[in-house]
Amino acid sequence: MKPRTAVFDGWFSLDEREPHLLGTRCCKCGTYYFPKLNSFCRNPDCDSDRFEETPLSRTGKLWSYTNASYQPPEPFVSPDPFVPFAIAAVELERERMVVLGQVTSGTGVDALKVGMTMELALETLFEDDKGEKLVWKWRPVTGAAA
Amino acid sequence: MSKDIAILGVEYGVAAARSALADAGIPWRDIQFVSGAATMRCGYPGYVAGATFAQALGWQGAQVNTSYAACASGSQALAAARAKILAGECDVALVIGADTTPKGFLAPQRGERPDDPDWVRFRVGITNPTYFALYARRRMALYGDTAEDFALVKVKNSRHGFTNPNARYRKIFTAEDVSNSAMVADPLRLMDICATSDGGAALIVSSLDYAKRLGKADAPRIAAISTVTPTFASAVVEMPDLATDSAVAAEPRRFRAALPAKAYEEAGIDPKDVSVAEIYDLSTALELEWYEDLQFCARGDAAKLVRAGVTTLGGRLPVNPSGGLACFGEAVPAQALAQVCELAWQLRGQAGERQVAGAKVGITANQGLFGHGSSVIVKR
Ligand SMILES: [Zn+2]
Repeated sequence: MKPRTAVFDGWFSLDEREPHLLGTRCCKCGTYYFPKLNSFCRNPDCDSDRFEETPLSRTGKLWSYTNASYQPPEPFVSPDPFVPFAIAAVELERERMVVLGQVTSGTGVDALKVGMTMELALETLFEDDKGEKLVWKWRPVTGAAA
Repeated sequence: MSKDIAILGVEYGVAAARSALADAGIPWRDIQFVSGAATMRCGYPGYVAGATFAQALGWQGAQVNTSYAACASGSQALAAARAKILAGECDVALVIGADTTPKGFLAPQRGERPDDPDWVRFRVGITNPTYFALYARRRMALYGDTAEDFALVKVKNSRHGFTNPNARYRKIFTAEDVSNSAMVADPLRLMDICATSDGGAALIVSSLDYAKRLGKADAPRIAAISTVTPTFASAVVEMPDLATDSAVAAEPRRFRAALPAKAYEEAGIDPKDVSVAEIYDLSTALELEWYEDLQFCARGDAAKLVRAGVTTLGGRLPVNPSGGLACFGEAVPAQALAQVCELAWQLRGQAGERQVAGAKVGITANQGLFGHGSSVIVKR
């Protein structure tokens, strides 16, 4: 079996049942960062340079959504032929931030509604000689109130 | 003391600089400062835009500046010229922006670059229209905007630009044309999204004294140039990022709204005094978003303005009488200056069939990548 690795090293946990995005949190003001920030806090009123790595909430509310009807340009690697996919912007309550990602395959925009609960999932983004590259995606929580 | 500067000459097109000089009635040798805007996509000349333009016009020893700030490049070049003039270091300057932009989706530079957010988002399939579509869908969910409302913007701008000899795309589109065009990023269709383009725009600006000496004391004036950055915590996801700032430790803010707010403050002008606006319709829905950011109406009410024809030529506050990006496409470093050119023509009463009657105050707004945007106020 080909190795399965993250498309960006360290951006999310590889726990396929309950994956988390991995961010950092400023030790002084509590601001979250995704992708991780480890240099200087970007809050203009905070002079901290200390961060702790933290998993981000794996569920949130759908802030908005769209899809890609046409194949994006490189470095996107497309299956042949291209398969359109939906894209979600999800608001994480605890982190007070919005994170983008593709929606899991098979779910189109018709199945989405602003405000619905979404959860993080992992799927294969593309496959090459070295193995499968996994990416985080958002998936509607089944049975959740829209 | 006034902090205004005068606009003496304006022009679009390949020979923009020469035409702007002719429009101002000023010989090239009299220009003391050349402020150029371009992009790195132009290759090496893009890094040294001011000098590239100065050489093309014939070296004559003027002082020079180059600005690179995505969609705001032109405004930053203009701000550099204003600072030089107001500091008394020169009387008259040429401000010029030009670009050749690749066709189709704007794509990042090549190579494996996981630390570059612009590369990362294309890797996961997120293009510029993705962001425009997310904003559009959010408006539909929050304010009840419809795809028909968005189409009205395209129909309006295509009618405006139809009589503009400077416009690149001159064709009248109907709401049906828009709804029959291909879906690109739901809910936005091909005709909701502006094309990439190339082009140039140039302005001749001077001190008020210099304008007076030339007998042009009544030339339109630049009353404000805002190029502010976002303020943390920036709460609307912006190209090319995959996440917003976290608003745990600071209030959530809107970047687009901050750009005109600073311009109004600098000019001492109220939004209700604006007679004409040239704003960045990267998408039809984004033009509506700008109405609210420019404080033309309350948050959520923008679709009412376009439905009632308020922002159509002949309405109370025409927006994009030039036809906007819908008719020009986006020639990145030229566009912010092209917006000022249109306002200057409007305020001089030289806009022909697209003239806004009695235009006295105009405002521009644009915004692009990496926290760059601008808003310029021109007044008579
Ligand atoms: Zn901090």
